[in-house]
Amino acid sequence: MSRAPHESAALTGRERVPLTRPGWAAGERQEHRRPLPLVAAEAVARPEARRSGARLADRSRDWHRGGWPEPMAGLRERAAAIRRETLADLEGYLAALTERITEHGGTVHRAATAADAAAAVRRIAAGAGARLVVKSKSMVTEEIELNRALEADGVEVVETDLGEYIVQLGDERPSHIIAPAVHLGREDVADRFEALAGRRLDRDAAALASFARGRLREDFRRADMGVTGVNFAVAETGTLVTVTNEGNARMVTSQPRVHVAVMTLEKVIPRMADLGTLIPLLSYAGTRQPVTVYQSMVTGPRREGETDGPEELHVVILDNGRSRIARGKYAEVLACIRCGACQTACPVFRTLGGGHAYGATYGGPIGAVLSPLLGEHPADAGLPFLSSLCGACGDVCPVKIPLPDMLVDLRADHAERAAPAALAARAGWRAWAAAWSSGRGYALSVAAARLGSRLLPRRLLAALPGPQRRWARGRTLPDLREAGRFRRTLRALRPRREGPADRPEEVGP
Amino acid sequence: MSGAGEDAAPRTVALFASCAADLAAPGPALAALRVLAAAGLRVEVPEAQTCCGQVGLNSGHREPAKRLMRRWIEVFEPYDAVVGVSGSCVATVFHQFARVLDGEWRGRAERVAARTWEFTRFVHDRADGLDLELDTCVTWHDSCHMLRSLGEKSAPRQVLGRVRGLTLAEAADNEVCCGFGGTFALKYPELSCAMADGKLDDFAATRSGGRTPEQVVSADATCLLHLSLRAQARGLPLRTVHIAELLAAALPGGPRSLPADARDGAAT
Ligand code: SF4
Repeated sequence: MSRAPHESAALTGRERVPLTRPGWAAGERQEHRRPLPLVAAEAVARPEARRSGARLADRSRDWHRGGWPEPMAGLRERAAAIRRETLADLEGYLAALTERITEHGGTVHRAATAADAAAAVRRIAAGAGARLVVKSKSMVTEEIELNRALEADGVEVVETDLGEYIVQLGDERPSHIIAPAVHLGREDVADRFEALAGRRLDRDAAALASFARGRLREDFRRADMGVTGVNFAVAETGTLVTVTNEGNARMVTSQPRVHVAVMTLEKVIPRMADLGTLIPLLSYAGTRQPVTVYQSMVTGPRREGETDGPEELHVVILDNGRSRIARGKYAEVLACIRCGACQTACPVFRTLGGGHAYGATYGGPIGAVLSPLLGEHPADAGLPFLSSLCGACGDVCPVKIPLPDMLVDLRADHAERAAPAALAARAGWRAWAAAWSSGRGYALSVAAARLGSRLLPRRLLAALPGPQRRWARGRTLPDLREAGRFRRTLRALRPRREGPADRPEEVGP
Repeated sequence: MSGAGEDAAPRTVALFASCAADLAAPGPALAALRVLAAAGLRVEVPEAQTCCGQVGLNSGHREPAKRLMRRWIEVFEPYDAVVGVSGSCVATVFHQFARVLDGEWRGRAERVAARTWEFTRFVHDRADGLDLELDTCVTWHDSCHMLRSLGEKSAPRQVLGRVRGLTLAEAADNEVCCGFGGTFALKYPELSCAMADGKLDDFAATRSGGRTPEQVVSADATCLLHLSLRAQARGLPLRTVHIAELLAAALPGGPRSLPADARDGAAT
């Protein structure tokens, strides 16, 4: 097979890979989205969701029971404090970071919006005459939809993280922050690689990985630009830290002529020493490893006398609403270190088969909080309701973000801003509170529930419009003939009635 | 833990029954009365009580919810001790009241929350002389807010451990949500049912020393209702019982075995 020198080896044959994903899982986020409840119902019904949900549930069962052991519990406290310390002076640390990077010969680009960040990378690519870009795993480049932007300029972009490579071949978004292909099994991957290769392959996991490695290695050599995310950016030294288990970030930052690191502004941390807390904690929370296999630390481009490293280093720092979030009551969400633990622990996320159904860049509990705050798409405002509020996310979060409380508060913010269509619902809830604030109103509604259940058999009730019909989708209706029995029994238990109506019922020993 | 700040053992307690007791599940509250009375306590049931506001708060209707929270405080703050039979409602009092109420209400909320107990914890700490016997094998469902907001995992196991003849078979996913989640169950019925199905599968696979649990026990009537009504719709045999109903059945005057539908048998 002959190729132009800039043509990707890893993506050759990509057009042969059949696209099996639903529209809402596509690489490009959908502009027109169907209502979340419809997408969720569709996601739950897919057999793939059951399989990936089971995989994630096994992981969560092994990892999350029994809470935080020492010494991780201590690291968690320290990390929570470090992250909040950073957020308290975000601009101060960013200024220090920028100064250090510039001293080392790197260039810092601040981008206010996703479009600005994508435009900055496009300019860098154009300036460098880049035709083939290799990337290591990065969620922020998903947020700014960088691959599409570069492809529009005729640049080929190759994802070199194995999971990201697999989802790229199937034109999907990553389904989990740190396990992008968690929605796929080994058989799915084998099918995808065989289609790409146009021949039968050894379907053993090691053989599949080695097939991918062979394809990717050629691209590392040919690429003229490397793009990475950043796990931590050390303000003290200007060091960009990327953790991986495959070592691909090391190839991406050392082989091509140009390295572009894209980060959101809250990735900054104060000191080098903080990595001693944050790296083991991130590894533990994300994958239960004591430490990831590789930690790549980049402090500036190649210097005089050095044998490898890029000629140019660019750091794109994206805001995209985060300075606004940092000033508001949800600032703590920016403490996130993107470990993905809240996603693995979330039974809703698991039952949906991963993050695609959320429709946003970030799915799961962190996504249900962050996405509406980022305001990426109007539909994201509904994401906080896509949760049973079980609280598992808050327990596993390594930096103690109160995700469950934030979900509750975002729901209230949403209802308070709601469109006229929701006014009736709001009035309904106010009427509920008014009725249940009086003994008489409460007794009346209990009596009404009982009466309703007597007049209408449950089967008929389940067919009438209203919330009970939604309950009846999959569940028998509760027996409201029980309504009122509690107080009736109390009255029967009490020997004689005396005093005012609000006198407490008493049952003695 | 709620109530932990109180030293003197209260002799009179107010029962916080929850709106679920008035609407759909009177059994747990009625059973709790019998258990607490058997422990030698005087129990009062404030007639003016309605709802803690949780369902409104979690549906995004903060102001209406706060109105009910304030009423709840007014109703229960005259008492030295409050015992609630819904782990989730007690968690709301304990965690959400002080978080969302403002002004003087915050302090009042904190003070009454410090005297509020989840039923199982109360029985564990203050009613240890009960004579309990029940020949059965059960499994325990850790309801989310009791487990995570109240941090309560041990009291139910220890209380069940006091029941002679009872075997507890732990389910592998005992800490996983049942999929109810209040209005979540209505907004996302398929998702909510799929979550319940995960629990039903888990219960079905649960064993202890060759014994299969006959009932699922929990301290939240609404979780149990969700699970049993899902099972009913699928034609699956699932029996559920609230911990208060189980303990009432285990008392000397009780049947000392669980009837097929504990909701009617053990409660009255
Ligand atoms: S919110 Fe917490 S648990 Fe979730 S990804 Fe961020 S750091 Fe990890």
